[in-house]
Amino acid sequence: MFSNRPCEVGVSLENVTLGYERHPAVHHLSGTFCEGSLTALVGPNGAGKSTLLKGLMGLLSPLGGKINRRLAPAYLPQQAELDRSFPLTVEEVATFGLWKKIGIWRPITSTLLRQVQSALDSVGLSHFAKREIGSLSGGQFQRMLFARLLLQDAPLILLDEPFTAVDERTTRDLIALVKELHKEGRTIIAVLHDLEIIRIHFSETLLLARELVAWGPTSEVLTEEYLAKARALQEAWDERAPVCARNWNAA
Amino acid sequence: MTVWEWGISPFVEFSFMRRALLGSLAVALGCAPIGVFLLLRRMSLMGDAMSHAILPGAAVGFLLAGMSVPALSLGGLVAGLVVALASGALSRTTDLREDASLAVFYLLSLALGVLLVSLKGSSVDLLHVLFGSVLALDDDALWLLGSITGFTLPVLVIIFRPLVIESFDPSFLRVVSRCGPWVHMTFLVLVVLNLVGGFQALGTLMAVGMMMLPAAIAQFWARSLPGMIVAAVVSAFLSDYFGLLFSYYLVLPSGPAIVLTAGSLLGLSLVFSPRRGLIARFWPRSHLEG
Repeated sequence: MFSNRPCEVGVSLENVTLGYERHPAVHHLSGTFCEGSLTALVGPNGAGKSTLLKGLMGLLSPLGGKINRRLAPAYLPQQAELDRSFPLTVEEVATFGLWKKIGIWRPITSTLLRQVQSALDSVGLSHFAKREIGSLSGGQFQRMLFARLLLQDAPLILLDEPFTAVDERTTRDLIALVKELHKEGRTIIAVLHDLEIIRIHFSETLLLARELVAWGPTSEVLTEEYLAKARALQEAWDERAPVCARNWNAA
Repeated sequence: MTVWEWGISPFVEFSFMRRALLGSLAVALGCAPIGVFLLLRRMSLMGDAMSHAILPGAAVGFLLAGMSVPALSLGGLVAGLVVALASGALSRTTDLREDASLAVFYLLSLALGVLLVSLKGSSVDLLHVLFGSVLALDDDALWLLGSITGFTLPVLVIIFRPLVIESFDPSFLRVVSRCGPWVHMTFLVLVVLNLVGGFQALGTLMAVGMMMLPAAIAQFWARSLPGMIVAAVVSAFLSDYFGLLFSYYLVLPSGPAIVLTAGSLLGLSLVFSPRRGLIARFWPRSHLEG
């Protein structure tokens, strides 16, 4: 099942294969993220969700196919990737989001500092500006990363498991922020595990199990049939896998 | 003998002591901030690896020109840069991780260095290269140390912002900017430059100590990054000053005396640090209300 509705293209994938050491983690994926769409990226562990995000960001070049990205991305990393003991304050980390405006040398003016404060306000960290990041809880840390994301003011937003290890109230607040960003016309792609949240809040879903299983309106994708197919497709890494012949067959 | 006499007179009386102090303070000023970044990037052992990588260059300089500061420094600088850039390039283009590729290159470099030193020159010379002699700094060496520090600090100020971001969240920087690899390489060049400087004053092995020990001490006293840098520089200065005095009064080799003084400061920090010290841990003050 492919998503082929007419729309303003945000990011398009043409037969994209992404992976490591020639082994595909995402295999022959084609389709379009419409501009302004709100898509949940779902799949079992090892389905290639994070790999796909890395490809969309340009951190990983495809082993095959092409990724056409018209929009500049901003990225919310998985928390585990960051060093929580680094001596930085909440305000400083959020300020990184202003990179496009401040670059290497330009000063952080009082106008920009007000923007940082208002971003911290909107994620509910008003009084945490001067706190060290090491003293934050998991939820507060995630809120801070959201503040950085807001300040990046990017048209394409990629979220890697934004609600993992985060309590209910924080999840609710962050979902509200995501919907706000969606309303502003931004394209949002989020790796998620909680199907309940997806059903309620995400209009589109891409179900991935290294291969594309289904991509389209959430109600049509998150069916028992497709979910079972995704589980079945999730094979082990084959050390002696033969060279993939699909490109030649397709040609 | 008053404390004043004990602490000041050696430097007033002897010009080699003044030179030693000046040279080692210059090294401290450049090395300590670099060490803080190495520590935060979990690359504490990189300084150690690089210091070994410098050896063959210094050895070539020594074989060609004898005990000459410019020759040793230039050789060390070239060898260090080759290893740093080659391992950086190798890890970026292959699946070999940076620590592994660095280990490969520095071991090759070290083997080559030992080979070269053994071809010519006695073991006394080798000791001199390895342990340096801060008590025999001539004008050339002082100028070199001063220039390296004078170069390091402005460059660090210029790349400070992207360097902090790259240390904390490298993929964020890669998404928003293309300057990441340049910042990384510039930082590696600064590491090599300062090790070469340090190896003039303290010897290759001791130079790394002055890079990493003050940074480790700083972790016990400061919360913010600027605070850590200041704390590292201050503790490096203290180690230099008291290390030289101990070396003078107890007739100890100066390099090890300075590093061991830094080690004692680390020990004191372990006990007395208000944040993480043993006293704070075993006799905690009562907790706050919120």
